[in-house]
Amino acid sequence: MEIDFKHSQTAHCESGVLSNLLAHHGIHLSEAMAFGIGAGLFFAYVPFIRVNNLPLTTFRSATGDIIRKNAKHLGVHLVRYRFKDPEEAMDALDRKLAQGVPVGCQTGGYWLPYFPEAYRFHFNMHNLVVYGRTGNEYAVSDPIFPEPVTISRKDLKKARFAQGALAPKGRMYFIQSVPDEVDLAGSIHAGIRKASRLMLKSPLPIIGIKGMHFLANRLAGWPRKLGRERALLCLGQVIRMQEEIGTGGGGFRFMYSAFLQEAAQVMDDGALARLSRELTRVGDRWREFAVLGARNCKGRASTRETFPVMAEIMQDCAERERAIYRDLLATV
Amino acid sequence: MKKQEVPQDKGLAGEMREITYAMNDNGEYELVPSYGWEVKTVPLKQAWEEILEGVQEVLDKVHSGKLSPLAYHMAAHQMDVKLLAKYAGLSRFRVKHHLKPRGFKRLKPELLQRYAQVFELGPEELASVPSRINRSLSIDRE
Repeated sequence: MEIDFKHSQTAHCESGVLSNLLAHHGIHLSEAMAFGIGAGLFFAYVPFIRVNNLPLTTFRSATGDIIRKNAKHLGVHLVRYRFKDPEEAMDALDRKLAQGVPVGCQTGGYWLPYFPEAYRFHFNMHNLVVYGRTGNEYAVSDPIFPEPVTISRKDLKKARFAQGALAPKGRMYFIQSVPDEVDLAGSIHAGIRKASRLMLKSPLPIIGIKGMHFLANRLAGWPRKLGRERALLCLGQVIRMQEEIGTGGGGFRFMYSAFLQEAAQVMDDGALARLSRELTRVGDRWREFAVLGARNCKGRASTRETFPVMAEIMQDCAERERAIYRDLLATV
Repeated sequence: MKKQEVPQDKGLAGEMREITYAMNDNGEYELVPSYGWEVKTVPLKQAWEEILEGVQEVLDKVHSGKLSPLAYHMAAHQMDVKLLAKYAGLSRFRVKHHLKPRGFKRLKPELLQRYAQVFELGPEELASVPSRINRSLSIDRE
């Protein structure tokens, strides 16, 4: 049994899953739009949370947030479940599939056999859509892959019950109903407001613009404080979080620029178009940071491409982004 | 980023292409598939080297009789005691005990089976370790 579900490849799993699910229910939003309305843009440097024993840097909001905020802003009725018992979780999935409803699942990437070996880490924030079952094989639309894939019941069960930080606990979700008409302009405004406020006004020093300055200050001192080798590992982790599969490049800044560009058309608002172009330039600047970082990791950096210089680039990104979010808040 | 600047450096994802956002000549954003970018492949390889180095250290200790084969399988699956304890449904204390050769030898068949299931191995496979690790993912630093 397979539901007629249109798979589209996107950059990021959560915004992609949502965009694909909404399309199935007749609401056609691009991935960038879903990312923007869901206020996906974010920054935080959280040194006390470790990923692979290295401090966590994130360029996007907490997992599940994009989906939840979209549902809220668009007025879509989304139903979410978690389970204690894996068998029960799989049965609940089967029941929804039998009703012809495609289901989103949160999974642990480590246990997905179709992942390239080099990307199999214990990260539990990976979203995908299950849209059919034939015997013990499930049809899966994993939006970061070009084509749909299949996965065995055993593997899917394991992935849905991956353990560790942010364990999915069988998390599944589906769209119950959609409104006759969505307030696109209102949703866009709500998304922009939410993201800009968080970037500018979070009281925590590790979040938003403050978080970027915080990381930049720390980063400048890493070689002295941690030794060259460890400093390079920490730096490498930042680059990966910024550029690795799922961000669309430049730590989601290009995806958000694409959102602003689309939003400018919807609202016929020239200010948003200008801010889109500016954020694109900041994305390019983030990429310069990554280029310098990679050169350091390879041991090929010139004497001027030091950690303090990279920190300066990051601070420049922070200040430019601050101006953009201020202007964004003024437009909505 | 302009469309023609989207890097196409094949990295560790093989033939797979991911989506990046880039601008076409009219200044409109497009979804552009990319094979990868060397700038991010470098830290990914670096991360793998670090992991594999750790696995190699554990493997050496298994060979010299300081740790049990379970310790090798744990490291090879990028797990620590906390995570393995979660997967096996045992206390961290007991897992730690089983990481030592003595504790491992005395493992009851049903517990052996439980660990084997976590790693999707047979119980015999769980008791054996390779002579050296598979370094297909690592790089030689230039």
